[in-house]
Amino acid sequence: MSAPGQEWDENSPERLYVITRGRSGLAEQTTFDLVTLIVSRSEPEPSMQPEHAAILRLCGAPLSVAEISAYLRLPISVVTVLLADLLAEERIEARSAVPQAILPDRALIEAVMHGLQKL
Amino acid sequence: MDFRSSDTVVGPRSADLLPASATTAVKVVIVGGFGVGKTTLVGSVSEIRPLTTEETMTQAGAGVDDIAGVERKTSTTVAMDFGRISLSDELVLYVFGTPGQERFWFLWNGLFEGALGAVVLVDTRRLEVSFDVIGRLEDRGVPFVVALNTFPESPAYPTEELRTALDLPPEVPIVACDARTRESGRDVLMTLMRYLYRLSAPPAG
Repeated sequence: MSAPGQEWDENSPERLYVITRGRSGLAEQTTFDLVTLIVSRSEPEPSMQPEHAAILRLCGAPLSVAEISAYLRLPISVVTVLLADLLAEERIEARSAVPQAILPDRALIEAVMHGLQKL
Repeated sequence: MDFRSSDTVVGPRSADLLPASATTAVKVVIVGGFGVGKTTLVGSVSEIRPLTTEETMTQAGAGVDDIAGVERKTSTTVAMDFGRISLSDELVLYVFGTPGQERFWFLWNGLFEGALGAVVLVDTRRLEVSFDVIGRLEDRGVPFVVALNTFPESPAYPTEELRTALDLPPEVPIVACDARTRESGRDVLMTLMRYLYRLSAPPAG
């Protein structure tokens, strides 16, 4: 297999368009926060798009959407499109970020303070 | 960003893996003017070597340039450095900071949504660069504390003088820090959490 990406301008919108098959990622951003934790639920398969397979390999242990983006060197909006595909096929588990509230939950803030005190 | 073929993607070091029991992640955003030390602060509190993520943003060119009558779109890549702190077997805190142009982060969908709060890192030698970010956080309703990154040659202002200069409400905490040290960075995050805790108190009466 030839190394993907070599004949592309690495930052070209066209290349990212191909990876996502033209989807913008805007819809998926409501499902995935930057810190939604992703865990693989299946092994990569040879027939899969390489980016999907790479995500499954990375997420043997929980990894945030932001970390996946950093390790794959793909923008967040591209990663969320790929994650939505995998979630629809039940190949990953998404441990959602804390539900949005107007003010943070007191118990959660207490847990964060407790953790910081141990640093 | 260049996607690496799936066989060559370098993932986290084994020492950097989160436990399988990690279920909840929260985030805090460090904001401030260029060169104020955001990346330094992220690096000093993070348990992993800071990583960089990117997003490409498109916005109408209005207000960006002055070519009268010509409407066009500009596309900008905004990079965000971030670090991670495991707070318990279940709970993980991510800290985001950006070296980029601050006006673009506010276009980043999902950066501030769901964030517990923000830290405005201020260089007292250049207070003016903080006005814009403080105003934008207030507009968005994101709770924040102000941390003064103390550089050796920084003028030492009394806190209340700074509060006036930055036009901050009396309840917003102001804390001095040395962004290079973990303890100091931890204390800044703790100041934010205590403030959030107070804000989350049920209204009296």
